[in-house]
Amino acid sequence: MQRPDMSVVLAGIQMRNPVMTASGTFGYGAEFADYLDLESIGAMVTKGLSLKPKAGNPTPRIVETPGGMLNAIGLQNVGIDAFIEQKLPYLKDVNTPVIANLYGNTLEEYGEVASRLDGLAGVAGIEVNISCPNVKQGGIVFGTDPGAAQEVVSLVKRNTSKPLIVKLSPNVTDVVLMAKACADAGADALSLINTLTGMAIDLDRRRPVLANVTGGLSGPAIKPVALRMVWQVAKAVQLPLIGIGGIMNGRDALEFMLAGATAIQVGTASFLDPSAAQRIAGEMEQYLVENGIDNVRSLIGALEV
Amino acid sequence: MQFKSMVISNVEVSPNYFRMRMTAPQELACAVPGQFVMLKVNDAIDPLLRRPFGLFDVGSFVPEYAGCGAQLYCEILYKVVGKGTKLLAALHHGDLVDLLVPLGKGFQMGPAGEEKVLVGGGVGLAPLYYLAKELKERGEKVRLFAGGRNRDDVLCITEFERLGVETYVATDDGTLGERGFVTQVLERHLASGMRIFACGPTPMLNAVAKMSQKHGVPCQVSMEAYMACGVGACLGCVMKGANHSDETPDYRCVCKDGPVFDSFELQWS
Repeated sequence: MQRPDMSVVLAGIQMRNPVMTASGTFGYGAEFADYLDLESIGAMVTKGLSLKPKAGNPTPRIVETPGGMLNAIGLQNVGIDAFIEQKLPYLKDVNTPVIANLYGNTLEEYGEVASRLDGLAGVAGIEVNISCPNVKQGGIVFGTDPGAAQEVVSLVKRNTSKPLIVKLSPNVTDVVLMAKACADAGADALSLINTLTGMAIDLDRRRPVLANVTGGLSGPAIKPVALRMVWQVAKAVQLPLIGIGGIMNGRDALEFMLAGATAIQVGTASFLDPSAAQRIAGEMEQYLVENGIDNVRSLIGALEV
Repeated sequence: MQFKSMVISNVEVSPNYFRMRMTAPQELACAVPGQFVMLKVNDAIDPLLRRPFGLFDVGSFVPEYAGCGAQLYCEILYKVVGKGTKLLAALHHGDLVDLLVPLGKGFQMGPAGEEKVLVGGGVGLAPLYYLAKELKERGEKVRLFAGGRNRDDVLCITEFERLGVETYVATDDGTLGERGFVTQVLERHLASGMRIFACGPTPMLNAVAKMSQKHGVPCQVSMEAYMACGVGACLGCVMKGANHSDETPDYRCVCKDGPVFDSFELQWS
């Protein structure tokens, strides 16, 4: 049998397979080069970039919880200038699309970061973070109000000619409402979900474990929530979707595709297995081989309800 | 480097403290003291993340079964504190674990001829043993100041002495060595021409760092922190650099920039 066709096209971005790395879990790519072949995965998404370097939150920033982890990193990043000078040259030599994840502290900053990224060769697309639960400004403010989301996505759209992905927060009453607002504002694709807000308590010390008190829950624990949201949005919105949330293996990834995702992102799994993204791409292909499926795209939205 | 490793032995060396020996690939011969491993005890999702452990020793042995040449091993020293380490303590010879190793920056041994002073407590003694072994192989004079809450926290002193290391011990309750903090004992012996290597609880490192500054003695500290990945991606394990401020952030990753730092690189409370 011929090898199955694993390639997908996401908002014009050609990918050799549907596996992407999730923002904030894969550094700027180079950190993982010792553990996997960066040219074996579909696309890489950078750590969230802001106009100025960002310090992030005090520590402790992470804690493990059953089947998952909470993080409150606070969007620490090198800033857009250092990214362009120090990180992008390395990524340009890797034959895998790079998606720059960005956020702003203000509405204007979103537009400014988008326009700085727009002219850059080596950036295949941008993913806008309107859903970080761990910072007061930026992120979540725009991610929980459809009007604000529409405003920020429209502004970014005016400042970029690159494919525009918007990353949605699960910390809303109705994710479909948010998805529609972003679609109306000009998003080319949606990625979901970001982390679920949670907290951990140290009983003996009577204190929160995280310095930030609350953090974002990720890992296998959130997969059912993520699947449900991808499925709901897929039914309501025509845009291509990227499924994210607790994907640990090829089967998890293919479940998201059945629910309606064109591609998937591997996040927390890369922390415990730095080769996870490559392994998962291989496991997906293996599943197709074993089940006589010759094209991975035939599974997108193929859930029988 | 990521690989499966077989447990060779897993022994309780003090109440709740275990010393585990595992097979290691040939590439680990290039590891240096102060570097660490990220260990995944099984394939389950609870516990989900790896746990970091300082390298206690790297060496080679010849397996008892026939037809086998010398085989590299690595060792860790750990305390049972939670779910992950409890599972670890239940492992036996032949069980497999998954390792990322060698990670991080190790100790800079410094010029020959200085007196090397090691300061540690509890599992902080792990990287110091590996360091002592390498220093003694170079013929250096090495002293160890080991401390803990009680004598159970003072580990593997015989192993250090066997290397020819002069040891000083202090415990909070006086059950072994002097009663009090090991840093008090250290201060009485500090002199110029020494170089300090410290690993242990943060308050101890804090005291050692300040003392070294006061006496003008160079000091490296090996830090411990919560971390998810061990490769510089999660940014969970950061410490404040000496010149860190909110305006000019300077966070260092314990996993990638450390775990060993010159004490003046970091901000101490």
